[in-house]
Amino acid sequence: MTAPLPGAFPALELLIVLPLAASLLAILLGGRLAPRIVLLLGPAMLVVTAVLAFQIQTQGPVRVEIGGWEAPLGIALIGDGLAGVFLVLTAIVMTAVGVFAQKPFGSEGAETTESYTFWPLYFAMWAALNAVFCGGDLFNLYVALELLTLTAVAMVAYGSTRAALRYLLFALAGSLAYLMGIVLLYSATGTLDIELLARQDTIEATRMVSGALMTAGLLAKTALFPLHGWLPPAHGSAPAPASALLSSLVIKASFVIIVRIWFDVMPDVAGTVFVQLLSILGAGAVLYGSLLALRQTRLKMIIAYSTVAQLGYLFFIFPLAGGAAAETPWAAGAWSGGMFHALAHGLAKAAMFLAAGLVIEALGHDRIDDIKGIARALPLTMFAFGLAAVSLMGLPPSGGFLAKYLMLTAALADGQIGLALVMLAGGLLAAAYLFRPVNRALAGDYVPEVAVVTYWRQLIPLGLALLSVALGIISEPPYDLLQVGRSKVAVEGIDD
Amino acid sequence: MTAALLFDAGLCLLVLVVAFSAVAGRGLFGAIAFFIIYGMLIALAWLRLEGVDVALAEAAIGAGLTGMLLIGAWSMLKQLGVSGLPGGPSVPLRIAAGAVSGLVALALAATVLALPDGREGLSPAVAESLGRSGVDNPVTAVLLNFRAYDTLLESVVLLIALIAVWSLTPRAVWGGVPGLAQHARSDGVLSMFGRLLPPLGLVVAIYLVWAGSSQPGGAFQAGTVLAAVWLLVVMAGLYDEPPASSRNLRLALVAGPGVFLAVGAVGAAFGVFMGIPEGFAKPLILSIEFALTVSIAVTLALLVAGRPRRPA
Repeated sequence: MTAPLPGAFPALELLIVLPLAASLLAILLGGRLAPRIVLLLGPAMLVVTAVLAFQIQTQGPVRVEIGGWEAPLGIALIGDGLAGVFLVLTAIVMTAVGVFAQKPFGSEGAETTESYTFWPLYFAMWAALNAVFCGGDLFNLYVALELLTLTAVAMVAYGSTRAALRYLLFALAGSLAYLMGIVLLYSATGTLDIELLARQDTIEATRMVSGALMTAGLLAKTALFPLHGWLPPAHGSAPAPASALLSSLVIKASFVIIVRIWFDVMPDVAGTVFVQLLSILGAGAVLYGSLLALRQTRLKMIIAYSTVAQLGYLFFIFPLAGGAAAETPWAAGAWSGGMFHALAHGLAKAAMFLAAGLVIEALGHDRIDDIKGIARALPLTMFAFGLAAVSLMGLPPSGGFLAKYLMLTAALADGQIGLALVMLAGGLLAAAYLFRPVNRALAGDYVPEVAVVTYWRQLIPLGLALLSVALGIISEPPYDLLQVGRSKVAVEGIDD
Repeated sequence: MTAALLFDAGLCLLVLVVAFSAVAGRGLFGAIAFFIIYGMLIALAWLRLEGVDVALAEAAIGAGLTGMLLIGAWSMLKQLGVSGLPGGPSVPLRIAAGAVSGLVALALAATVLALPDGREGLSPAVAESLGRSGVDNPVTAVLLNFRAYDTLLESVVLLIALIAVWSLTPRAVWGGVPGLAQHARSDGVLSMFGRLLPPLGLVVAIYLVWAGSSQPGGAFQAGTVLAAVWLLVVMAGLYDEPPASSRNLRLALVAGPGVFLAVGAVGAAFGVFMGIPEGFAKPLILSIEFALTVSIAVTLALLVAGRPRRPA
């Protein structure tokens, strides 16, 4: 018998209930009190996710049958290692951004449009992210994704309604494709539950068509090349805290569903054609996104295009851990490497966007040509930016390094020289496009005059950047957590 | 048999023609008109498929409310001087999009036709557990009990959609009154309907919620009826929209999802998240439905009214 308290502690349930309650409370309380809710909710969520991670690590995957109704009738939440790490990442980034956003989205005096509307969107986004990461039912994932998309689009609209509409159109088309895929799968199997679907026998053609539809829809939401057109304007023009959430977390949600579909729901159908296609698109994203990042003239646009590029790496897990590579001894490392990349990128990208937000607050713009010497005015901020850049380039000892190392060794062991070259080129290109702003920020020998940026707010991007680097040093706990519930996949990979 | 077959074939043909007219028409208003007709025809199709709940929702929300939103958007565009559709994509792009759509449609059709016969989905499982759900209408049992978590998230989606609309409010009128001031002759037809229909609508809405536990109906349909009643009252100039800063309004917005979430959270405290104990199932589900009806009605009515435009 294990200790009764942690076992019975409803961690997964709280991760859904608390942010939903916070969102409703924010609507009720209004813009003067709503910003303060996060100061309570953030620590609470950090504790709950930590308890959940402990539960998963010590007792194995958690499964919650909602309403007491067993699948296929009811909906289940699944807390496996994959869910665990992304829930922890969400709690960290959300809390950091929520504290950061006290300034731009708080209200000193009367309630404003921003101080009232941002917080319900922010808390609902948190609930939706959690619901996606631990969702065990394909239709419920659709509902959670809709909630997520809605909050994300609204946040983009603060910066540019044009970019928001473009995002909305891509995302809605993606939702429809995903929904069509689910409907098809449900009519063939009579269930929407991921675990039950994994054990179902269906016609392979049905699975392929529904899998293709779901994946195409989710790729549009993840913004994988060539469906990335909406991302740079949306992430580049949203307010900095919103950009941080979008690049760090929101696009990872649809990616995790793709992973669940091809590694959990239908591991048997992932043929080599499919995995090759995804990796070619991923390689295209790395090269094309990086080249465009080199040509940007605004700091936030560089970071946004860098997201397009970095997303590409995530899809290398399909050829390295799925398809024909499934039985290989390096499949588990490649799979975990991909997930580490998602985590390190999530932390580093949030740090970068928040740092860029501080630069904009200080200077009133983020044109690279005119940020000369900003590193002397905001040393902590630019140090955070530099640390995050180290992780994105994949330099040791950062989390980004570990991720790329795991994937690179798998690619070399598998003889996928092309992928290995793309990974190396991507690292070099990242160094090139991130060197430009850092170089400009250090240029000159005077301290430019800037608006006051408080000290404690500069610590937030610094903390996130440090975590992104630390992920490469204290890598064992998250690595071990990732393996829970993956016995079949991470060890064996997708069997063909 | 043949009469039914003829009717269905005719309905299918009409749906296709109307859908094509909505997409291919050049005028914006014409496209909206066809879209509303399309929604009504689809509702009819759901009736033929014996999905009465879906038919009600499609008619009320798909055709009615969405149509109203589109007409509202059209009249705003007209005020801005936008009359027609923009040029749109180039011909090769259209051909490519058409080809991809055609291929997807073919693949879907082939897959659906290849599905084995005799699939019942979850209907047997729902029928088996219906006795323990607290209600007799299987659709309500699924929405408010078996898959209550989906419905909870959906009620939040609706609410967040309104917050998203409000987020577009210019700072100067934040907290103000949504929509434009309505003027109607106090002895006119609109005004008369504005006085005559609300009591009837109220009765219909309450009946729809109550009936939802045993027959087709429920919070979404009832909420739409109530929202329509309120729109009529506002259009008749009898009452004005409440300001977005109103505390009572905000309470009405969160009441439904709030009660729903509270029931779910209490369940979690007793060990089953969203668990509805069998003995209290019917009163609990009805309470959730009534609270949801209020919130859905207010949210839908405010979505149609749009963002705040006038100072409170």
